[in-house]
Amino acid sequence: MTTTTYFFEDTTVLLGRSMRHITRSLDTILTVSVMPIALMLLFVYVFGGAIRTGTGHYVNYLLPGILLITITMGISYAAIRLFADMQSGIFERFQSLPIARSSVLWAHVLTSVVSNLISLVLVVLVAVAVGFRTGASGLAWLAVAGVLVLFTLALTWLAIIAGLSAKTADGAGAFSYPIIFLPFVSSAFVPTGTMPGPVRAFADHQPVTSIVNTIRELFARQPVSGSIWTALAWCAGLLVVAYVLAMVAYRRRVR
Amino acid sequence: MTATISVRGLEKSYEDRPVLRGVDFDVARGSIFALLGANGAGKTTVVKILATLLKADAGTAAVDRFDVATQAARVRASISLTGQFAAVDQTLTGRENLVLVARLRHLKGARPLADELLARFLLTDAADRRVATYSGGMRRRLDIAMSLIGDPPVIFLDEPTTGLDPQSRAEVWNSVRQLAGHGTTVLLTTQYLDEAEQLADQIAILHQGRIIAHGTLAELKELFPPAKVEYVEKQPSLEDIFLAITGS
Repeated sequence: MTTTTYFFEDTTVLLGRSMRHITRSLDTILTVSVMPIALMLLFVYVFGGAIRTGTGHYVNYLLPGILLITITMGISYAAIRLFADMQSGIFERFQSLPIARSSVLWAHVLTSVVSNLISLVLVVLVAVAVGFRTGASGLAWLAVAGVLVLFTLALTWLAIIAGLSAKTADGAGAFSYPIIFLPFVSSAFVPTGTMPGPVRAFADHQPVTSIVNTIRELFARQPVSGSIWTALAWCAGLLVVAYVLAMVAYRRRVR
Repeated sequence: MTATISVRGLEKSYEDRPVLRGVDFDVARGSIFALLGANGAGKTTVVKILATLLKADAGTAAVDRFDVATQAARVRASISLTGQFAAVDQTLTGRENLVLVARLRHLKGARPLADELLARFLLTDAADRRVATYSGGMRRRLDIAMSLIGDPPVIFLDEPTTGLDPQSRAEVWNSVRQLAGHGTTVLLTTQYLDEAEQLADQIAILHQGRIIAHGTLAELKELFPPAKVEYVEKQPSLEDIFLAITGS
């Protein structure tokens, strides 16, 4: 049947729809950007002076972690928006139309990627204003953007699972709390070397540390170590698992 | 008979709770068919199965000659669904809602199509306002207008007037009558006998997962108990008391 041939067209139309939701209530993007920016200022101007990272300006050390926190705080909106669509009945209207059905989910995922990218740009601009400097090449920036988009994609599919299986709007957003906590137990704020054994073991082997280290190396124009492969493996693995589970949750909704 | 919708032995349970226990009916092309039943009778479940949103446990159903289980994509090209809760996008304007559905139906000339429907449903003045500012009746009219885009031969209206005031209800009834006038087959669910009476060519009563009566209004009236005349003592209303006290 013709529905698969319309996948890109349908996804574009639905992406346009949910992007309008975002541009018409800019508070979402502002809320998502304000928290990480406040956190960044807090660490740079309050705690930063006491933190020994062995590098230059602390904000150069801090920014990669703040970028990941921006994403972890932003993804829950994908779950909330999807849940709202299912509550209102418009999800069912879309599903009863002759469209490529998966485009409804993909539109939400891409909306999350675009709005997170906007938030990330805002955060980087503020970071530059408070002293962030990098000599990274265009290619390195592209690599940073690529890693961030992959991380957003993986976490957004996780958000889709939450949105599809939640019973309440609060429940739809709650899945992100443990994820928001992950950067705090990683190399995002301080080197993991100062942490006690078990905590350090956790910090060294969770996805955020490898991603933070990769972005830090790219910004610092250091040769990227093995951490980029670990980071990509985490992101890709998480993406595949989350996507498969989201499809299972989706099929369960359409019984 | 050319049945546009044909349902045979439909069964559906949620967990262990049976909702449909063998439902059969046919809807003739171009007619209005009312599925009448109380809350929880299974009306919405029937509509969801016919609209390919839900899979039946047993039985078959065909819409516009296509099987809902095996030819779901073809069924979706033939139908449109107006759900129990007006499924319109509150953040978009009325016009944007119509254009959205036109694009998703892959139609050319989405904007003129939207303008035409806005005029037909008396929404032209409100076209560029966000739907969140619409009244319940306007929202439901927009909802029905969205269902008409692309002239699908079959339209499902799931409780189209629940929660509406009498005037909005009359407006919706007019829209539905217009539809059938254009040759569209309409399956509507309702819990109001008078709504079925006003609109439907055929009425089926769904009770505890089965169709317990089926026919035209005249046929069904023969099954009803004869009208009784009773004398009932009427308590004064608050308004009566108020008028008596103030002596006006």
